[in-house]
Amino acid sequence: MTFFLEVLIGGLLSGVMYSLVALGFVLIYKASGVFNFAQGAMVFFAALSFVGIQINFGLSFWPTLMVVIILMIIVGVLTEKFVLRPLVNQPQITLFMATIGLTFFLEGLAQLVWGTDVHPLDIGIEDAPIEFILDRFDMVISAFDLFAAIISGTLVVSLAIFFQVTKIGRALRAVADDHQAALSIGIPLKQIWAIVWSVAGFVALVAGLMWGSRNGVQFALTFVALKALPVLIIGGFDSVLGAILGGLIIGALEKLAEVYIGPMLGGGIEGWFAYVAALLFLLIRPEGMFGEKKIDRI
Amino acid sequence: MFYRENGQFKISYSKDQALLTISQDKFFIFALVAFSLLIVPFIASDYWLTAILIPFLVFTLAALGLNILTGYAGQLSLGTAAFMAVGAYAAYNFQIRVPNIPIIFSFIGGGLIAAAVGVLFGLPSLRIRGFYLAVATLAAQFFIPWLLIKVEWFSNYNPSGVITTPPVTFFGFIIDTPVSKYIFILVIVILLTILAKNLIRSKIGRSWMAVRDMDIAAEVIGIPIMKTKLIAFAVSSFYCGVAGAVYAFLYLGSVEPDGFNIDLSFRILFMIIIGGIGSVMGSYFGAAFITLLPILLENIIHFLAVALSITISSAVTSVLQLLIFGALIIFFLIVEPHGLARLWSILKEKLRLWPFPY
Amino acid sequence: MRKLSFLSFIFIFFLNHLYAEDSQFFGIAGYRVGPYAAGGTPFFTGYIDYLKLLNERDGGLNKVNITWEECEFEYNTAKGLECYERLKTRGKTGPTAIHPMSTGVTYGLMDKAPKDEIPLITLGYGRTDATDGRVFPWVFPLVTNYWSQASAIIEFINQKAKDGIQGKKIVLLYHDSAYGKEPQNVIEQEAKKLKFELVKVPVPHPGNEQQSQWLQIRKERPDWVILWGWGVMNATAIKTAQKVGFKRNKIVGNWWAGSEIDTEAAGGKVAKGYYAATLNLSGSDFKVVQDIKKYVYDKGKGGNEKYLGTVLWNRGVVAALVTVEGVKKAQSKYGNKVMTGAQVRWGLENLSLSKDDLKKLGFGDMVPPIKLSCENHEGAGLTRFQQWDGKQWTVASDWIGGDKKLVRNMIEKSAAQYAKEKNITPKCL
Repeated sequence: MTFFLEVLIGGLLSGVMYSLVALGFVLIYKASGVFNFAQGAMVFFAALSFVGIQINFGLSFWPTLMVVIILMIIVGVLTEKFVLRPLVNQPQITLFMATIGLTFFLEGLAQLVWGTDVHPLDIGIEDAPIEFILDRFDMVISAFDLFAAIISGTLVVSLAIFFQVTKIGRALRAVADDHQAALSIGIPLKQIWAIVWSVAGFVALVAGLMWGSRNGVQFALTFVALKALPVLIIGGFDSVLGAILGGLIIGALEKLAEVYIGPMLGGGIEGWFAYVAALLFLLIRPEGMFGEKKIDRI
Repeated sequence: MFYRENGQFKISYSKDQALLTISQDKFFIFALVAFSLLIVPFIASDYWLTAILIPFLVFTLAALGLNILTGYAGQLSLGTAAFMAVGAYAAYNFQIRVPNIPIIFSFIGGGLIAAAVGVLFGLPSLRIRGFYLAVATLAAQFFIPWLLIKVEWFSNYNPSGVITTPPVTFFGFIIDTPVSKYIFILVIVILLTILAKNLIRSKIGRSWMAVRDMDIAAEVIGIPIMKTKLIAFAVSSFYCGVAGAVYAFLYLGSVEPDGFNIDLSFRILFMIIIGGIGSVMGSYFGAAFITLLPILLENIIHFLAVALSITISSAVTSVLQLLIFGALIIFFLIVEPHGLARLWSILKEKLRLWPFPY
Repeated sequence: MRKLSFLSFIFIFFLNHLYAEDSQFFGIAGYRVGPYAAGGTPFFTGYIDYLKLLNERDGGLNKVNITWEECEFEYNTAKGLECYERLKTRGKTGPTAIHPMSTGVTYGLMDKAPKDEIPLITLGYGRTDATDGRVFPWVFPLVTNYWSQASAIIEFINQKAKDGIQGKKIVLLYHDSAYGKEPQNVIEQEAKKLKFELVKVPVPHPGNEQQSQWLQIRKERPDWVILWGWGVMNATAIKTAQKVGFKRNKIVGNWWAGSEIDTEAAGGKVAKGYYAATLNLSGSDFKVVQDIKKYVYDKGKGGNEKYLGTVLWNRGVVAALVTVEGVKKAQSKYGNKVMTGAQVRWGLENLSLSKDDLKKLGFGDMVPPIKLSCENHEGAGLTRFQQWDGKQWTVASDWIGGDKKLVRNMIEKSAAQYAKEKNITPKCL
């Protein structure tokens, strides 16, 4: 029983890490209707810049963080200007392809500037079992995972409040609903998009720091974006809450499946289980749990 | 002026329904085919044949498959490489388990098995649309390589899950020199291209395009959506399967499932984006572009480095390629979202009117 | 489109002539970008640094100048094959020998390289049964192959474990790919012979999520874990071991999981106590490393000073050593000029480096003595073990051979099956 709880909790916490990445997707989809495939590359870019600046300029944690936030804002603004604006009325699939192009561009740029070496990232929290829980319940729960969960929770809550309560948040939702209507009532579209991409960049930075300290900052970091896709399917592409819940569900299901069903099939099912689960979910509910139901007008 | 159709009258129904109606087109295509079939094998170096032309042809085939599915039927798929893997492994199993089977049957068998798998993973398309479908095809992309490694029967119990293809013989000729491989693959590609072109012009092709444009309207006028979508998946996967089989047998020689990863799927997707979605010509252009671009970039950068006497490490070259590649995709999407094929049509239009601007 | 192709044809043609002088050309298909860049970069840097040393210190190979070119293939098999085709067109006699450094490319070149008469050196990886040179005359899994390594790992655990390995439980944590499946036959046989329990846990590619695997391991409570990974999987494994509280000094990695890349990415002190196999010692105390520092780096021609003495960089130097010595051996028979692929093949097959030879070349005990023959393309079959002390690798064992008879039996059986499938009659070239 404790083992089951262990796997479950480990899975939930792992899922929180997925939601961190999924959040970035949701933000951009919510506000500009673009499925930003480059989120993974942004995570990589942010993490690599962080360690790059830390190593090459010897700054400590908080100054580096400030610098990278500014860097991500610049990336966001430039992306909006050079990628989104020229493609304003194109079908969704074109924008999607453009973000794939952006992925390659960011990956190439990051490695060109900071090199292709692997770097460890230390944010001060050790990824070891919490002694207290280990002794009392004989369960392994990592301190780092718990920390990541708290950070993600805080981020989600603040983002949710931001969207609901603040003026900019409402403007974002308006833009997501209908660009032209938003324009017609005077919402500055370009500024809003720049803000959204910058916020997504910030989320990417947090995700990059978390994942980077977990696995080391290296090229494989871009693959975490792929894992976020099933999360988005289950949670819905445009729901912040959905990203979190979806992440939790996928994280838990994946780990439980690997541990309990995996050995029956020879193991290694984690690579595809999330996708198959998402696929089956889609057959029941094509928009995800909290996604906006699409009403097709003929 | 060069491309005018004046004076070309079609005097019979068969001439009207021919694939190439304009005589300039006919001449051009025949010249191209003759050139590639008769002249290129003699003037191209081994390097060009093995490293550039053969992969170009293989990827053209795969791009054709994806274009049928995504370009004509409108179902976005990210699992192309997985279907190629199915084709490769199926063809391999046919070849080694059925004694004395002609290689063409193995390829077709591989294609058919890939088609069956394609239909299976295409079933969700009846419920799901757009990006969600793309993610569903990703399920195929991750599941199939896993299955191919896990079930050892597929790789004939090889300890590492790698399949080494037996030599290819065609009516007694052993096909193992670059020239023979090139000609063999070229003939296969030409035949399948003609098939694709005809499929697209036919009733099934039109129903694909109807489904792509507005599937509810298509259903309303009586096009059977399920059949149409599933046939699209089947045909597309057939092409990808044959492409995978050719890739394994005639290009790589031995493959592991990891060689059919998501990177390859994306690469083929790029080929049709840049080449032109929904265009057979586009598959060719895209495949050529994606195959040649890295080599060209590398040689240019190398040349510049030597000319300017600076050492650029190969890592930098590679990373620069990524950067330029990404920038080019964005550039193409901004400038011409319909790809190189549209540019080609525009060129032909201009040739029609030359020397007048409009 | 055609203009582009024509232009590129001209470029390639032109570049060809840059290397047509009378020099021994070493073609290098490498990867410094992509998912395995961290492992590739130090290796290829070491390889080239050794070639540079020979030019600077010795004036080349018995007065024959050395040139090289690196082609980047990002660990992508199709690109690797294109690199191979391109390197084939360079140099007077082609690329001398190719180190594929990737399972996919190795398998892809199995049939091509012999036809092109280019020897393949798969230093510590690739097809193990290629050790039988009667079936694979052009492939050289030099120094030690995978199965010898796997057997040596078992023997190391046997030495280190309290009361030996019998009755213990061993987990094999492997990368779920062709590479990862490689040692399983050997270890399963050893499990039967030495009576220990083997549990296999696969990690799906790329391996940056191993929580469930390590929780499974925790449930199994094994005595030892063998880590057979590559790339990001290694660092993640070590970190996740810490996450579930599994002692690092009960983990033994293979030599593609045993470099500073893996331990430092996990966080130096996190990996403290971790054992790893190696076919070459790390460290800068060897004369050859000092020479490279003196003749190459101090003149500003080095690749990257921080790699000096690291495990993978040393391995690159060793790779260059065996290639160069193969050429030298060929020169001893065919004369002091540029050697062709076939001549280099002969040189490799008859290569013999004794302890004294290695000392003279400045390698000391970095690698074990090597002696090849037609039936034995491996040369040594010995593995050594190092332990990470938080900051660097320290030697933890002497050269271990493992169960040579068991391994040789399996190699001959597998090679015979390949020969049957491909209609080859095994014989010495």
